[in-house]
Amino acid sequence: MNNILRIENLTVRVDNHQILKDFDLNINKGEVHVLLGPNGAGKTTLIKSILGFKKYVVESGKIYFKGEDITNLSISERVSKGIGVLFQHPPEINGVKLSKLLTVCDQKRNMFTKETTENACDSDLDEYMDSLAQRLKFSKDYLERDVNTGISGGEIKRSEILQMMVMQPEFLLFDEPDSGVDVENVEIIASIMRELLDRDKVPSKQEKSGLIITHLGYILKFLGHITRAHIVMDGKILCSGNPKQIINGVMKNGFEKCRECISCIDSTEKLEEVDFTL
Amino acid sequence: MIDKDKADDDIDLNDYKIEDLKTSKFYKSEQEIPDELRNSMKKVGIEVDSDKSGIFLQSGNKPDLCVSKVQGIELMPLKEALKIYDGSDGKLNLQDYFWKAVSSDKDKFTTEAAINEITDGYFIHALAGQKTIFPLQSCLFIPPFPGLKQVVHNIIIAEPGSQLDIITGCTAHTGAKSAIHLGVSEFYAKKDAKISFTMVHNWTETTKVRPRTGIILEENAKFSNFYVVMSEVKNLQTNPSIKLIGKNASYFGQTLIYAKGESYYDIGATAHLIGEGSKAEIISRVLAVDNSHVIARGKIIGDGKDVTGHIDCSALLLSPTARVDSIPAIVAQNPEVTLTHEASVGKISDDHIEYLMSRGLTEDEAINLIVSGFLDVDTSPLPPSLAEETKKIIDIVSKSEMG
Repeated sequence: MNNILRIENLTVRVDNHQILKDFDLNINKGEVHVLLGPNGAGKTTLIKSILGFKKYVVESGKIYFKGEDITNLSISERVSKGIGVLFQHPPEINGVKLSKLLTVCDQKRNMFTKETTENACDSDLDEYMDSLAQRLKFSKDYLERDVNTGISGGEIKRSEILQMMVMQPEFLLFDEPDSGVDVENVEIIASIMRELLDRDKVPSKQEKSGLIITHLGYILKFLGHITRAHIVMDGKILCSGNPKQIINGVMKNGFEKCRECISCIDSTEKLEEVDFTL
Repeated sequence: MIDKDKADDDIDLNDYKIEDLKTSKFYKSEQEIPDELRNSMKKVGIEVDSDKSGIFLQSGNKPDLCVSKVQGIELMPLKEALKIYDGSDGKLNLQDYFWKAVSSDKDKFTTEAAINEITDGYFIHALAGQKTIFPLQSCLFIPPFPGLKQVVHNIIIAEPGSQLDIITGCTAHTGAKSAIHLGVSEFYAKKDAKISFTMVHNWTETTKVRPRTGIILEENAKFSNFYVVMSEVKNLQTNPSIKLIGKNASYFGQTLIYAKGESYYDIGATAHLIGEGSKAEIISRVLAVDNSHVIARGKIIGDGKDVTGHIDCSALLLSPTARVDSIPAIVAQNPEVTLTHEASVGKISDDHIEYLMSRGLTEDEAINLIVSGFLDVDTSPLPPSLAEETKKIIDIVSKSEMG
């Protein structure tokens, strides 16, 4: 199988606190994984470490993207290779209009991808925004506001989604995509996530991959096929397997039980779908 | 602590002199302006050939050109206006407007301008109900004359219901070593009048600059003030005083400073809200690099009933040796006032840079995008033609100054 992201023995420190410890994860092309865990488990740290944020210091271990060691690359170099991210709490950037940022994202995507025919918005950014405005239910003057400034949780998600719809990365990181979003908007966001991740295509045509972080996966109901789920606690993956089984286990017993692992997953059930090796 | 050598009291006006005014030229039309001067004017956004309601040009201390194209909007050298408007036959008496918005004994610079009888400036007068369609332009230029003292006195009067849009550029020839610019400007906006004023300064690293501006706003008068300086300067100090004496008068002032080199700026504005329901907004955006030092002040005094005022000073420091002091002050002298301020000074946050880098921008591209956004001023209070012009000027100036 074609490997997209491989994390090996990653130990990450933030302000002198070790957050990730010997963390391993392997995601193949076309796969979507979900990472579940309580607050403070290290989920957002993982995302920011994959991207290479300065504060997230890799003490040991490696991150490979499409087989290439990216552990020491800058954020923009990693992104140029096809990584995209939807943040949970993006910063407010005064003076920079969303429309301007989207134009920059569009230029970057054109620069990063040689074959523009595959991309969703090779025609015209304005027309593309018009069609997205309808689907995502926003008015065009929303684009003329400063990035993430003075807007609601749902609007922040839209802004993040629009940027990713323009960039169309091969591999997407989602940090709590449904947090702060009301019920009717969850389905809209989920439908866009399915599109970004090729989930509505037949499995053989699913080229995109992703990692979704959530502390309780309500949105997962709407996302179609998820390849694997992992439970992360105290900076380590404690359990991996079939998403349904993992989520059911967490729903029933809570994360705390994972620490002592009560083997809540019935290993005889649908065993063929579950691969316990990483 | 403010550096002593950069502060105000080191200026001795006796070190400067006024050029021989007998040799100065007066052009009859825009076409006669020499190319060199034309190019200097372009740097402050003044294009002499473009379609404008009028143009005034002064090099040193004597007007070079004065063309007024619109009926009902008068533009002339101040000395000439003083002869015409003497109060006879029911005409305006310009003496009534002399040193009323700026007091002549405010400091040594205003005193110098007051006792000086030979230098000039412009007079702009919008008759009642008259409106400029295209902005009026004025340009004050310091010629390559070492140690020159340019002393300018301008008076601008907008009669009731009139509207004036003015672009003014002040600039110095690169050979104008150690010159000083003293500019007194007195603005009077009467009932329901509207003045929009965009001023662009482009100095050299040896120029000292002392603009002294006073603005008096009567009932329902509106004033929008845009001030842009993106060049080096030796030492610049200005603090326009705005008196909102009429009911519902309003003032909106926005200052944009790109400070570099060894430049020292002490800039501010003081608005006094006297008329019931009057309001003022003072905004400054400062970008400081190299060893520059900027003091950004803003002061609003609330006296009248139901007045509102807001000060917003933000500054970005892009060098470890630059310095910005942000000093907002709000003074309430009546319980029924609403005054607020916000100020922020600092470097660009890593969070912002990293966020933009996660969209594929390099670190430099991310910084540039944030900086250009920071300087993207809100020109919406200006009338469309002037807003467009102001944006264009800021764009031209920032491109040439910031590369």
